[in-house]
Amino acid sequence: MINVVFFAALREQLDCDSLTLESHELSTVADIIKQLSARSEQWQQTLNNASLLSAVNHDMVDKSHPVKAGDEVAFFPPVTGG
Amino acid sequence: MTSEISIQHQDFALADEVALLEQDNATDGAVVTFTGRVRNNNNDTEVSTLTLEHYPGMTEKSLAKIIATAKERWDIGRVKVIHRIGALKVGEQIVFVGVTSKHRKDAFAANEFIMDYLKVQAPFWKKEQSDKGEQWLDAKHSDEAKAQQWS
Repeated sequence: MINVVFFAALREQLDCDSLTLESHELSTVADIIKQLSARSEQWQQTLNNASLLSAVNHDMVDKSHPVKAGDEVAFFPPVTGG
Repeated sequence: MTSEISIQHQDFALADEVALLEQDNATDGAVVTFTGRVRNNNNDTEVSTLTLEHYPGMTEKSLAKIIATAKERWDIGRVKVIHRIGALKVGEQIVFVGVTSKHRKDAFAANEFIMDYLKVQAPFWKKEQSDKGEQWLDAKHSDEAKAQQWS
């Protein structure tokens, strides 16, 4: 299983803070985006925003980054701390 | 030795943090601190409260990486980064960065570097409550440009 978490505006737009996915057939972050985008128009729009950031196991990564069972994958908007 | 990173709801006191940076630290003659506070106005909007959200785990990891990079780049001694989360009113402190070094140049540079990278890499998000309702703040291109100046 892969644990997927969402933050800030993304979490509110999707009305979802976390979910789990079966890991087979998912080899990259982009595969996760593709699978979740099929859920609805809202998911499609939110996850295909050009400014979307992603992290795997707490490190910021590109969409081509590999994923495997046990990983935590996060999606969030550009950060605004400080 | 106390932890270099603290993500917390409660406020902090500048004097206490400086005392910790200086305690039993005879080698470093320079102490540079930065404190960020909630201001009352953003893009012509009257702000009443900011709510800070973060990504537990990744926040600490990204800040640790930024601090490690600063230590490779400059000859610095102690570092402390505090970032508050939750609801913060106008005038309240949000963030603290403190750096010590033998000489001021490294402490100034490292402090600014840590703050610039925190702004664009640490997973915090601000939601603004104002007279116009509430909204998540957009990232600023100027912050990205500022961080890139160090590369």
